[in-house]
Amino acid sequence: MRGLIYACGWLAIIILGAIAAFLIHNSVRAIQEAGIGTMLSTTAWYPTSSPGKFGLLPLIVGSLYVTGVALLVSVPVGVGAAVFISEFSGRRVKDVMKTIIEFMAAVPSVVYGLIGVAVLIPLVKDIFALDSGMTALTGGVVLGIMSIPTVITISEDALHAVPADLRRGSAALGNTRWQTTYKVTLPAAGSGIFAASMLGLGRAIGETMAVLMLTGNAAVMPASVLESVRTMTGTIAAEMGEVVQGGLHYSVLFAVGLVLFIITFAINLAADLVLERQRKRWRR
Amino acid sequence: MVIPMQLSADGGAVITAVRDAEYTAEVTGGAIGSFSLTDVSVAYGRDRVIEGVTMDVPAHAVTALIGPSGCGKSTLLRCLNRMNDELGNVHVGGRITLDGQDIMGKAMDPVELRMRVGQVFQRPNPFPMSIFDNVAYGPRTQGIRSRTELSDLVEATLRSSALWDEVKNSLKKHAFELSGGQQQRLCIARALATRPEVILMDEPASALDPISTQQIEDTIAALKSSVTIVIVTHNMQQAARISDKTAFMLRESLEAPAFLVEMGDTKRMFTNPEDTRTESYITGRFG
Ligand SMILES: Nc1ncnc2c1ncn2[C@@H]1O[C@H](COP(=O)(O)OP(=O)(O)OP(=O)(O)O)[C@@H](O)[C@H]1O
Ligand SMILES: [Mg+2]
Repeated sequence: MRGLIYACGWLAIIILGAIAAFLIHNSVRAIQEAGIGTMLSTTAWYPTSSPGKFGLLPLIVGSLYVTGVALLVSVPVGVGAAVFISEFSGRRVKDVMKTIIEFMAAVPSVVYGLIGVAVLIPLVKDIFALDSGMTALTGGVVLGIMSIPTVITISEDALHAVPADLRRGSAALGNTRWQTTYKVTLPAAGSGIFAASMLGLGRAIGETMAVLMLTGNAAVMPASVLESVRTMTGTIAAEMGEVVQGGLHYSVLFAVGLVLFIITFAINLAADLVLERQRKRWRR
Repeated sequence: MVIPMQLSADGGAVITAVRDAEYTAEVTGGAIGSFSLTDVSVAYGRDRVIEGVTMDVPAHAVTALIGPSGCGKSTLLRCLNRMNDELGNVHVGGRITLDGQDIMGKAMDPVELRMRVGQVFQRPNPFPMSIFDNVAYGPRTQGIRSRTELSDLVEATLRSSALWDEVKNSLKKHAFELSGGQQQRLCIARALATRPEVILMDEPASALDPISTQQIEDTIAALKSSVTIVIVTHNMQQAARISDKTAFMLRESLEAPAFLVEMGDTKRMFTNPEDTRTESYITGRFG
């Protein structure tokens, strides 16, 4: 039994390593022929012209715009909801909210995409008087909503981990519950809330389907979030079906995947380190 | 309600507890920080845990609450700063006055009450911030912003809780870096910093080593000239050493709520108790 569990643990590491090796292996051609520096510093993405131009910057910036907007949505809403659940609601409200959040997390991203198409695209078009409502903003907002459950769950854990004695200590000094929350509880849970935001970010940056449906997918450098963008994930999903297997374009898409892998890996690692530090802190 | 803070000639802090609530002088004859409890009862949901407690807690003295585990000492203590309100589903009956003023009615804001009645908990619970910020926490809540005023207050209260000499050069240090005993004295300083009339202590030394316990006891002895102290303790020697009055509570069975057996001068309670139950508890605990 114990051996089996060990094997599962090792298997996870082996799979992770295999993914990295696989991505690197398939990116080698892109790195050699298109050049890592060129890919990461130029803005022209014409993969099908000859010779193809493989500037990844529009895609990277597109992803950053969308995830930036997503963060602006998911962090305030997610942290606010976590504070409400953990500090201001009774058992029953808490249980109901938790169930709702689980449902939110279980809805497939295509469904979020559909709702975005039906509701948000026309709305953004009207509000900002644009020709098209398919923008980085549109995708970002929907992505933000999608990552709210992650942010709530992890933030709530962090708030829950703050010892009740601290809240009582603050209340005993004549602080209202709200004062206690922003002066003691939130700062004490700060690193966990940071980690929650990071994991929400990780969720947003890796999301594909909804952004593909909502951002318009123009692979040009966007000047603002009100322009159409194409994300790294969207690019891979949209173009993988049309490339020659083993070709340069094919390899470049793997390089995009590698960039994505490195970014998400780094984000998750950072979040984990912060969470671990927080856990140690309360283990007095 | 302005209380001047002074540093006495030898540098030790004296909190001159002068409050100008006019009625206070009439009702209490000048001393402030006295409680009067009349027929106080407490129920957690439908579980009545305390009933019929009537007693007077004198100002500027140390009153010890003793009794077996589960007899409601902490519960009664929490009535005095309305911390039971925080628990939800707690019903407190009867009448409690602080310096003649009803503290249970709508007219009393629990937030204001808690600035007048501080509390020190069983386990040290410093906030995750610097030593300075811990002590300045309450005053900042009260709206004190001036840096010099806060510094003076922090110094004075840290002196009162006998921690100043150990931390005066490291006020910016994180409070978690202090030892358990130092943390508890920091919590006492933190409670003093709102310049309360009363400090409630729920077994403040039970998590500490003998030397730290001694320091806490010394601090309590030094404080009682300026604040009223109500302390819960399981340690009979400690109650005998530090308290002026002792109240003995007892819950005789789980079906019946706890009650106050007797209360009186500590010396008499420990040498010549009126009730045989008091005697057997005290002698049993002295063992
Ligand atoms: N938050 C609460 N909810 C429900 N019941 C409680 C709560 N706190 C205390 N009680 C009950 O009230 C009774 C008195 O508890 P309390 O903690 O006041 O006793 P105590 O004298 O302080 O005991 P100890 O010496 O062990 O600290 C106990 O029966 C306890 O189970
Ligand atoms: Mg207790």
